[in-house]
Amino acid sequence: MSTTSHSDIAVPAIADDEEQIRRSIWQTTLHFCRREPLGAFGMLIVLIIAFAGFTAELIAPYSPTSNDFASMTEAPSWTHLLGTDQFGRDLLSRIIFGARTALIVGLSSAIVGGVAGLVLGVASAYFGGKLDLVFQRIFDVVMAFPLIIMALAMVSIFGTGMHNVIIAITIPLIPRCARVVRSSALAIREIPYVDAARACGYSHARIILRHMVPNVMAPFLIMLTAFVGQAILAEASLSYLGLGVQEPTPAWGLMLQGGAEEYASTAPWIAIFPGLAIALTVFGVSLFGDALRDVLDPKLRER
Amino acid sequence: MYQYIAKRVLLVIPTLFGAAALVFILMRLIPGDICVVRLGAGGGRFDEHAINLCHAENGMDRPLIVQFLSFVWGFCHFDFGISMWSGKPVSLEILTRVPISLEIALLATVIAILIAIPLGTISALKQNTWIDVLVRTVAIGGIATPSFWLGIISILLVLDVTNAITGTPWMPPIEYVPIWQDPVRNLEMAFLPAVTVGYRYAAVSMRMTRSAMLEVLREDYIRTARAKGLVEKLIINRHALKNALLPVVTVIGIEFAFLIGGLVVTEQVFNLNGIGRLFVQAVQNQDYTLTQALVMLTVAIFVLTNLVVDLFYAWLDPRIRFA
Repeated sequence: MSTTSHSDIAVPAIADDEEQIRRSIWQTTLHFCRREPLGAFGMLIVLIIAFAGFTAELIAPYSPTSNDFASMTEAPSWTHLLGTDQFGRDLLSRIIFGARTALIVGLSSAIVGGVAGLVLGVASAYFGGKLDLVFQRIFDVVMAFPLIIMALAMVSIFGTGMHNVIIAITIPLIPRCARVVRSSALAIREIPYVDAARACGYSHARIILRHMVPNVMAPFLIMLTAFVGQAILAEASLSYLGLGVQEPTPAWGLMLQGGAEEYASTAPWIAIFPGLAIALTVFGVSLFGDALRDVLDPKLRER
Repeated sequence: MYQYIAKRVLLVIPTLFGAAALVFILMRLIPGDICVVRLGAGGGRFDEHAINLCHAENGMDRPLIVQFLSFVWGFCHFDFGISMWSGKPVSLEILTRVPISLEIALLATVIAILIAIPLGTISALKQNTWIDVLVRTVAIGGIATPSFWLGIISILLVLDVTNAITGTPWMPPIEYVPIWQDPVRNLEMAFLPAVTVGYRYAAVSMRMTRSAMLEVLREDYIRTARAKGLVEKLIINRHALKNALLPVVTVIGIEFAFLIGGLVVTEQVFNLNGIGRLFVQAVQNQDYTLTQALVMLTVAIFVLTNLVVDLFYAWLDPRIRFA
């Protein structure tokens, strides 16, 4: 380490140079896969879905929105691998494009809600006193609303559509993250290097961002993966109720709305595949999250 | 102990008051004038007088603080005003739909407990065997599967299976019959929805049972019990499970409050006329009086369930009581 400053000492596990960082990322990934095969399997599922979502235009065999009234409610075949819906739209293509919607909503709600919660949680623990007390009471109030109920209330105010759904899911996630992060940050505040940083005269923002935030990363990342799953499920539920993403945007929950129940006995594939896509994605995210928790949380190690 | 109870009960008041304030503010954030939206919904013409009349009807001509206090006061004695859509009292709309939702919620809880505790315990005892992996996979499946999809699939399965066996497809009844009038028909209706929402519930509790059990099995007193030659069954039942159940009780309590969220979508699938469905209808019809009453009701149930769980926990665990 050539230029050692005070702040570098406080942030643990900083590699010497870039090459080593790159190597250690690969090594960590490989080590993770070997130690947590189930988690690696979950990660694989998520990567496949993410790949499908990002390259939807290239890999989807049909347009997700074009109706084909000559081939309505067709059973799975070589022309339509997963069959067609009541408007003759190819289900596989709609599921591939739906992956994009699910990931956009899931990732942006989880990341925005998570980061906001991270900052609020750490700040609340760092400043303590009256501010902490006020924040705690506000978190208590917002947490008293079950996620889907809060999201429904938000949708009833802001209206439906993808942007509003993201807002509706993000807001209830903030206090959930802040609560967990705060309790870890409280312990970190007592560690001498925070005092040392304060004695050096660093600004509050610098102490929070450089000295405390990196040390609550473990619980934060665990929360974040859980949030992605919860957000995807919440979006699917809202869309299923007709209060989320609106037609013609392809979304998994929306695909289960109208047609799925009506045609359940004559064309069960309309009901089966979109739900399977939701379940598989959240399953992958949860497996990965569980493995991440086992690796990051020292208390749970060797279990 | 009494001090703890008093402190915990008093904490409920600011939370509920804050929630009421939040709901009140949220409902006033709705863009535009509710009365204009409502009068204009039919496409008909209306004048200033009609809007003023509508404002007066909903008490919207009073100062905000008076509106808020009357909202809180109404909530205190279960008077939520008149539904803007049906014109009936909101409390009546809610009360007629409570029994079915409550029954499904209770049935789901029973199903979840019956599945979660034995399976979670076995999973912990046989850690890292195929049984453990299977139980954990089933549990993650429960968290990943959307309850409405599970509902659709279970209806589909029941239809197909009954069609194959008897030749006529069977569907669970939709109309609510109280359990004391026709228990068979009542359970026929409530069973599938209860299983559908209960799966997630069971999954969450199962994971909690497993990890709590694993933690307890490492304790010194378990080793002591084994060392003194106690029968394994006694160790598990009397020493391990009793201590492991503490966090499980918390999860069961908290998840019970969250069942309302699950019911919102499940009742839609099964076409059941319960609280969850009423909620969706209220949001769809932009019936704000009904929506705010239902949100407050959910929050109150959540806060009170948490209170009961905390008090129960304190009663079970002296460390909290005397802390």
